[in-house]
Amino acid sequence: MAFYVVQFLTGLASAASLFLVASGLSIIFGVTRIVNFAHGAFYMIGAYIAFTLTERLSGAFGFWGSMVLAAIAVALIGVLVEMVLLRRIYHAPELFQLLATFGLTLMVEDLVVLIWGPDDLVGRRAPGFRGAIDFFGQNIPSYDLFLIVLGPVVLGILWLLFQRTRWGVLVRAATQDRDMVAALGVNQKWLFTSVFAVGVFLAALGGALQIPRDAVHHAMDLRIIVEVFVVVVIGGLGSIVGAFVAAVLVSELNAFGILIFPKISIILVFLVMAVVLIVRPWGLFGKPEAPARKTPGLTVNPWRPLTSNERLLALAALVIAATLPLFAGNYALTVGSEIAIFVIFAVSLHFLMSVGGLASFGHAAYFGLGAYGVAFLAKMAGLPMIVCLLLGPLLGCMGAAVFGFFAVQLSGVYFAMLTLAFAQIVWSIAFQWVSVTGGDNGILGVWPEKWAGSPSHFYWLALGVAALVTIALRAMVFSPFGYALRATRDSLLRTEAIGINAKRIQWTAFVIAGTTAGIGGALFAYLKGSVFPDNLGISLSVDALVMVLLGGVETVSGAVIGAIVYKALSIWLISQTDLSKLVLGAFIMLIVVVFPKGIVGMLEMLAQRRRKSSPPGSSLLAKPIESAE
Amino acid sequence: MRARNYFVGAAFALLAGGMAHSAVAQDIKIGEINSYSLLPAFTEPYRKGWQLAVEEINAAGGINGKKLVVISKDDGGKPADAQTAANELVSSEGVAMLTGTFLSNIGLAVSDFANQKKVFFLAAEPLTDAVTWSKGNKYTFRLRPSNYMQAAMLVEAAAKLPAKRWATIAPNYEYGQSAVAVFKKLMSEKRPDIQWVDEQWPPQGKIDAGPVVQAVAAANPEAILNVTFGADLVKLVREGNTRGLFKGREVVSFLTGEPEYLDPLKDETPEGWIVTGYPWYSIKTPEHDAFLKAYQAKYNDYPRLGSIVGYQTIKAAAAILAKAGSTDPEKLITAAEGLSMPSPFGEITFRKIDHQSTLGAYVGKTALKDGKGVMVDSVYKKGADYLPSDAEVEKLRPKD
Repeated sequence: MAFYVVQFLTGLASAASLFLVASGLSIIFGVTRIVNFAHGAFYMIGAYIAFTLTERLSGAFGFWGSMVLAAIAVALIGVLVEMVLLRRIYHAPELFQLLATFGLTLMVEDLVVLIWGPDDLVGRRAPGFRGAIDFFGQNIPSYDLFLIVLGPVVLGILWLLFQRTRWGVLVRAATQDRDMVAALGVNQKWLFTSVFAVGVFLAALGGALQIPRDAVHHAMDLRIIVEVFVVVVIGGLGSIVGAFVAAVLVSELNAFGILIFPKISIILVFLVMAVVLIVRPWGLFGKPEAPARKTPGLTVNPWRPLTSNERLLALAALVIAATLPLFAGNYALTVGSEIAIFVIFAVSLHFLMSVGGLASFGHAAYFGLGAYGVAFLAKMAGLPMIVCLLLGPLLGCMGAAVFGFFAVQLSGVYFAMLTLAFAQIVWSIAFQWVSVTGGDNGILGVWPEKWAGSPSHFYWLALGVAALVTIALRAMVFSPFGYALRATRDSLLRTEAIGINAKRIQWTAFVIAGTTAGIGGALFAYLKGSVFPDNLGISLSVDALVMVLLGGVETVSGAVIGAIVYKALSIWLISQTDLSKLVLGAFIMLIVVVFPKGIVGMLEMLAQRRRKSSPPGSSLLAKPIESAE
Repeated sequence: MRARNYFVGAAFALLAGGMAHSAVAQDIKIGEINSYSLLPAFTEPYRKGWQLAVEEINAAGGINGKKLVVISKDDGGKPADAQTAANELVSSEGVAMLTGTFLSNIGLAVSDFANQKKVFFLAAEPLTDAVTWSKGNKYTFRLRPSNYMQAAMLVEAAAKLPAKRWATIAPNYEYGQSAVAVFKKLMSEKRPDIQWVDEQWPPQGKIDAGPVVQAVAAANPEAILNVTFGADLVKLVREGNTRGLFKGREVVSFLTGEPEYLDPLKDETPEGWIVTGYPWYSIKTPEHDAFLKAYQAKYNDYPRLGSIVGYQTIKAAAAILAKAGSTDPEKLITAAEGLSMPSPFGEITFRKIDHQSTLGAYVGKTALKDGKGVMVDSVYKKGADYLPSDAEVEKLRPKD
């Protein structure tokens, strides 16, 4: 019995550290709607700074003072980031801030190694909390008891802050309806900045408090960020109490789950999230999102098919790309094939995100399923390459059909997180089912047949498929189905009112996007000759998001450019420097600030301006319309 | 939309231009790939190690008079990126052979690439048995003692312990799984009286140490096998120390004696664990002294195990290239099979039968000295003594 009590308390201690970080993320998201990917980075910097301070300052005051000082220092960094970077892009398309914070995260990972060195750092134990307390023969670390008390205390302080101060009232109001708060004359700028500072403070404090239990190292951020997101979503976005309950739920399930299934930890949080979201689409304590108050026709440039001149130009570009094997070497061709494959992948996500308004955080699942589909067919059934390429993507199609059915019942970030959960479930199956998938050692020897074996042939194959896929998806955008899908994106209510079965349309779009991603994955398996669980991992999903956002989410085919630029740049950088993350992160942040609508989005806007400014006076008219949003 | 097309053209033109510079080869080039950005704690000393080797080789006149150049690439910890790098090294840089890699899945990905493209590959670090056995191929050789060899070395010591009730803690991926599987198999062969009472599989890098420690303690084992390393090991040791998990229990642990993993533990180093590792401070052989002196003179730092691996990888590559007198992969294979060479750990041989080197490891016990973790009673175990019989190996390895 004593064991179960102690295990329960241990779970509570884990929950407390999770809650601290999650509460900060929840507040930031609730008010600013920023999906703050850099939250884990702030957590990590908090731990690093606290490590340095605790090594310098001595005594009990020195230790606890260091914790608070570190958190304040990181909060100041957060304020700087918010003012310099995020303020510029609050009006950019949804999720664009994710791109900025992703860039920041990349930079921080390299920066901490440059500043603090590559070794794992182990900090001091907390003065007064070094030992353990005996509980009927079981030991409970006293630091755990400290954390168990700290969690509810922080919850209480936050509650008071939100319920009893004017600032708290404003924050709650903004969480519910930030446009209305702005309309009532509240200075949103400083409200956002202060909220961001508080959120970052909590993250950094959470990181600093890990010093006595953990090692400080440069991958701490990724270790926590996804889990924290999951906790926030399970609890309900913007709900602090929800975050607390979810942290306790997840930690306790893990603490007791490993007694029965020792391998459960790897997937537990995602299973819980999938179940919660299917049963309660807005998390445990969340409220349904109010329908977005978007002006119809917000997109300033209505989409249109390419003119015949533009078609000719696109064709010319394709022809030029097709002549690459005449003058480029094998390496350039293989890179070209990889880029073409990522164009397919990015275009498929772009179709879902831009046309359907459904941002998937787990799109790599279908890419990877396509790759595994090919690997199974080629290695187990021994089918020829053409058949594998045709049938392999069907695995992606089936996955998308099953998961898409559940996912499209949700919208916004909840949709995104459910897709993430499904992707992680697929990933863990690939990772754990060693006898079939080979686990993390993957499936090797999936090489193309002779006819496609040479780099130039494979390049033509990949380029051809990429061109076909892009054309097909574009054609779909301007088909009746595409119009219906865009209708569901712009106004779900009106779409249903005119008799369109919105969920079915979205589901269909999800399946199309998943199958297309699967085609990319199938080619990728042959390009690399092997398939690994990586191919359905989170980082690949994030790559796809970055490509779409980089190209411009409000464009018809921006993802093509986004994929080419991002993939070419990242391959080139990783080949040139060990600090590729630093440079790539800086580049992404630069793009975010200079091209807040994405590369293609910005170019289109410039072209639009030029066209508008030719008839005299019209630019004056155009301006008020744009700023009306 | 017009600008889009310029971009396509420009991007491809840039690519093409950037890749077209392959000079006429006067030097002998080796392509080296490792997870520099993902695992700097291991790869920084590793890089120092191979740079020292390159310097020494060129100072001694290079390879048959030709200068040795190592071109190094980062794989970011992803098998797919490692293959892109391998392709660049082979197609565009024209390297004579590939070396390096740390993670098992990356080692396998590059080995499969080498097999497909018929390139010689000397795997430095990946531990999985699959590299030389179940997924072995004729183009791939491996330097470090494999999972099986390290397990066999530990089993030798572990079997002498009186403990009968054993629990295991291992990261939940191929390395952890196969380490536990081999250890269990070899251990149960030697000691049929042993019971396996609990196993814990925390995700790699994400151990929730408190509940894991508590769960293991609840099974009340007499001895524990640990396979976690890095930050996970730190958390496990800290929770275990506070909760008294290791008190009165024997612990056998993979890799923990390597400075990379032992040094961060500082004054929390648990005492008396049986570990494999690299006690650079207590190895007193002329070969190692020479290496240590050169390393410390160049870097003013002490070597980690990574330094040894990096150093010996390039030394071995150079020895193979020198003996082959050619960069033809088939000739390199013939030269490498059965080739013996000196190393800081003594003479090693690349076996003909499975292309595994006989580099060994030190087995000893952890201890605290001046607030730091060290290995004591360390004994060097020759790799050749801990490999299965040739008949068994032939069954494990596919025919070329």
